[in-house]
Amino acid sequence: MAATKASKEQKYDRQLRLWGDHGQETLENAHVCLINATATGTEILKNLVLPGIGAFTIVDGHTVTGEDVGNNFFLSNNSIGKIRAQAATELLQELNSDVSGNFVEESPDKLLDNDPEFFHRFTIVIGVQLPESTCLRLGSVLWSAAVPFLVCKTYGLIGYMRLVVQEHTVIESHPDNALEDLRLDQPFAEFKNHIQSYDLDSMDKKDHSHTPWIIVVAKYLEKWLSEHNGQPPKNYNEKEAFRQCIREGILKNENGVPEDEENFEEAIKNVNTALNPTKVPSAVEDLFNSVQCNDITSQTLSFWVMLRAVKEFVLNEGNGSLPVRGTIPDMIADSQKFINLQNVYRQKAMQDAATVSKHVECLLQSFGKPPESISEKDIKLFCKNASFLRVVRCRSLAEEYSVDSVNKDEITSCMDNPDSEMVFYLMLRAVDRFYQQHSRYPGVYNYQVEDDINKLKLCVNNLLQEYSLNVNIKDDYIHEFCRYGAAEPHTVAAFLGGSAAQEAIKIISHQFVPFSNTFIYNAMSQTSATLQL
Amino acid sequence: MNLLLFSLFREKKRRRVVELTEKMVVDGGDGHNCEWEGRWNHVKKFLERSGPFTHPDFEPSTESLQFMLDTCKILVIGAGGLGCELLKDLALSGFHNIHVVDMDTIDVSNLNRQFLFRGKDVGRPKADVAADFINSRIPGCCVIPLKFIHLFCFHVEFHIIVCGLDSVVARRWMNGMLLSLLVYDDGVLDPGSIIPLIDGGTEGFKGNARVILPGMTACIDCTLELYPPQVNFPMCTIASMPRLPEHCIEYARMLLWPKEKPFGDGVVLDGDDPEHIQWVYQRSLERAAEFNITGVTYRLTQGVVKRIIPAVASTNAVIAAACATEVFKIASSAFIPLNNYMVFNDVDGLYTYTFEAERKENCSACSQVPLDMHFSPTSKLQEVLDYLTESASLQMKSPAITATVEGKNKTLYLQSVASIEQRTRPNLSKTLKELGLADRQELAVADVTTPQTMLFRLCFTS
Repeated sequence: MAATKASKEQKYDRQLRLWGDHGQETLENAHVCLINATATGTEILKNLVLPGIGAFTIVDGHTVTGEDVGNNFFLSNNSIGKIRAQAATELLQELNSDVSGNFVEESPDKLLDNDPEFFHRFTIVIGVQLPESTCLRLGSVLWSAAVPFLVCKTYGLIGYMRLVVQEHTVIESHPDNALEDLRLDQPFAEFKNHIQSYDLDSMDKKDHSHTPWIIVVAKYLEKWLSEHNGQPPKNYNEKEAFRQCIREGILKNENGVPEDEENFEEAIKNVNTALNPTKVPSAVEDLFNSVQCNDITSQTLSFWVMLRAVKEFVLNEGNGSLPVRGTIPDMIADSQKFINLQNVYRQKAMQDAATVSKHVECLLQSFGKPPESISEKDIKLFCKNASFLRVVRCRSLAEEYSVDSVNKDEITSCMDNPDSEMVFYLMLRAVDRFYQQHSRYPGVYNYQVEDDINKLKLCVNNLLQEYSLNVNIKDDYIHEFCRYGAAEPHTVAAFLGGSAAQEAIKIISHQFVPFSNTFIYNAMSQTSATLQL
Repeated sequence: MNLLLFSLFREKKRRRVVELTEKMVVDGGDGHNCEWEGRWNHVKKFLERSGPFTHPDFEPSTESLQFMLDTCKILVIGAGGLGCELLKDLALSGFHNIHVVDMDTIDVSNLNRQFLFRGKDVGRPKADVAADFINSRIPGCCVIPLKFIHLFCFHVEFHIIVCGLDSVVARRWMNGMLLSLLVYDDGVLDPGSIIPLIDGGTEGFKGNARVILPGMTACIDCTLELYPPQVNFPMCTIASMPRLPEHCIEYARMLLWPKEKPFGDGVVLDGDDPEHIQWVYQRSLERAAEFNITGVTYRLTQGVVKRIIPAVASTNAVIAAACATEVFKIASSAFIPLNNYMVFNDVDGLYTYTFEAERKENCSACSQVPLDMHFSPTSKLQEVLDYLTESASLQMKSPAITATVEGKNKTLYLQSVASIEQRTRPNLSKTLKELGLADRQELAVADVTTPQTMLFRLCFTS
């Protein structure tokens, strides 16, 4: 047991550094369903099996063709004629013995007919190369069951993904460029006291040069405020003047030449961001105002309970601010000064989290749930990430496809540029229509290409008319989509395989932020776009 | 992008196809007895059908697939996270003559993404295992593992080179290598001497893919500023003012290990040896306790000592796929290639940004013009050395400087050979004037970042 755990730590080391042991645990508890083991499907699954999801089930009623083997790494030519779901499961299973691979030799349509609840057991369902009707049926079942659904399609040199999830909460979004939470504009009591304990003017050179820049800015800010009616530097000129004040504070040697004080240089460099007013990010404000935050019941997920508790904190003890994050960036300072300052922030963060905890307890009590339902650890994590909380909501496929609720604005505004990635979305929709009408995709055989162009054009016009979309689709794209002949080139499938797998990991782990809600990849120009449909 | 290149590339290709066809007529062999019906259906649509977005010179042809299968030679550099993906992608796109180079052996921590390797392969050379796996999974594909030294003998005429490296130095070396192969007739670049270089890189959830036509488009060195130099912690912080757990770890690694030699004299710290890491971890904890610093963990220790970059399968899959798509485009002319740099990031949704990186007029690698460097005659040689290593656009590692002084070739400073380093070290504290250097004279600099010696022109300032 211990040996396996240690070897898993080694094997997964590089990814554990991204999503941690707790993230890995969510993966290992996940059961992913893949529908259709085409190249796109197996590539997606490969990128989920390698990082160690708990289990996968492939649903696929097809038998393996020569064409399938040609672009699929997880099918071999001696499986031609055999069950595709089974053949792919074997070669995918072989990638990682930690994962449990299963298959169901059945078309998704049949399963929807006979046993739609089959899909309820999965953490996420990934549907690949699905015809429109199947996609919509499945979408409806999964929406009702609140099972996340990721639709993927490789069509020629175009990749397409659609995420369908009602509400996906993210506590750990891991933003790339997060602003620090330093509270210089509204120092809390303990921070103020700590600043008081410094007297820059009476320090010896060593201490002066190793005072954290946060303290330096705080000191000069105090002075500025007393000289400017309590108003902090606001515009460029004032900030320049403020920086100059700090610069003048740099110690000078006997000849009046300024010494080398890196901490003061850091202070000057950081003035701009340091003076940012502390406020609740608008995205978080929006969450505070949402229905889920305000109508808490016993069914409410812990995310919303904690959010409500934080909201209460903001309105009361926080005086309009979120709980202190508790981290500071590294800066030139001697160890003791830095650690002491860091501890001031850490302790305040702990205090604030404890206060939020009390609010959580109150809320839980109010609908008869024990306070242990939400752990201290979770509350601390929530508070630390309070500025970065995200909630992703996607419209259902039914809404996207309905004439009454189609997102005309998004479509027409994108198509102001007739070469925007939106044109590929429309072409994929048109191609689906073609399939519905002709029971095949356009241009699959060489002799069909020419004639199918006109047939496809009819489908395009029919589509635009039905949705009253006043846009123009260039003939070139219609020609190109006939040329594609519903081909699934491996490199495009592989690009989508990586993209989709990571989105699935985000959904499973609730870390990092999933896209919403449509992603188009154009391998011809190596460009992409995310659309809201 | 110069369309002339592709016309000439196709001409080169066409001549080779003709050669091959002639050879076939003579030998009567067809080389492929492992095909099956429909195998190349997905690929053929792009080779045999015309379309509105193809390269202007594209001609649909049934010969193109044969060229790709039989003749087109691709070199894949690296058989790791990107390399494994590249080999699969290329093999399934119709490229069956691939050479792969990698000097590394397989480690357990590779297995979360380098899918051609299994637990039983740990310790074996990556290139060998990767080649074996692809060759057995993809009938007809011939992946040949190369030992590094073969790269110096570019007899094998590669049509395209794809890099999946994890080091900027190695990229720059490869870049310089391809630049050195360029042929100029009367100052005009012969497109036939250009070997396109597709370069991919990944780090966590970020990655990039770029197309380089040496001598024509921006090269690696043209955009060196896109690779910021690695930040090392200042020594005084490590030695006397630690604040972060990382500082404590670097203290144990850089100061305690050489002093205490815990595993014997001359035993170098091996990041892959768990006993070594454990030792560093323990000493780091002690250091941290002294200063009330929290956060030292075994994982962090290993990460700092080995300079670990987090990695997942998905990012490598995306970037390798983009690179392989470009290889396909260039080999087939089926589409106009990426011009010329794509950036990818899927931390928040999926983000790509595609732009044309521009050539730098005075690029240290591809501008062919000796770079001016300005120093006062009383500057010390050490200053010149610092400039070569610290300048963002040069970022050399351990440059060797030679110059012609009084008609003779003189090594001013060379670090890589101990005896010469000792002999030339005093030069570092001599002034340029004292060393006999004149205004406007050329200095030749050799470094691991460039296979060809770089020429600089010394310009004296007053």
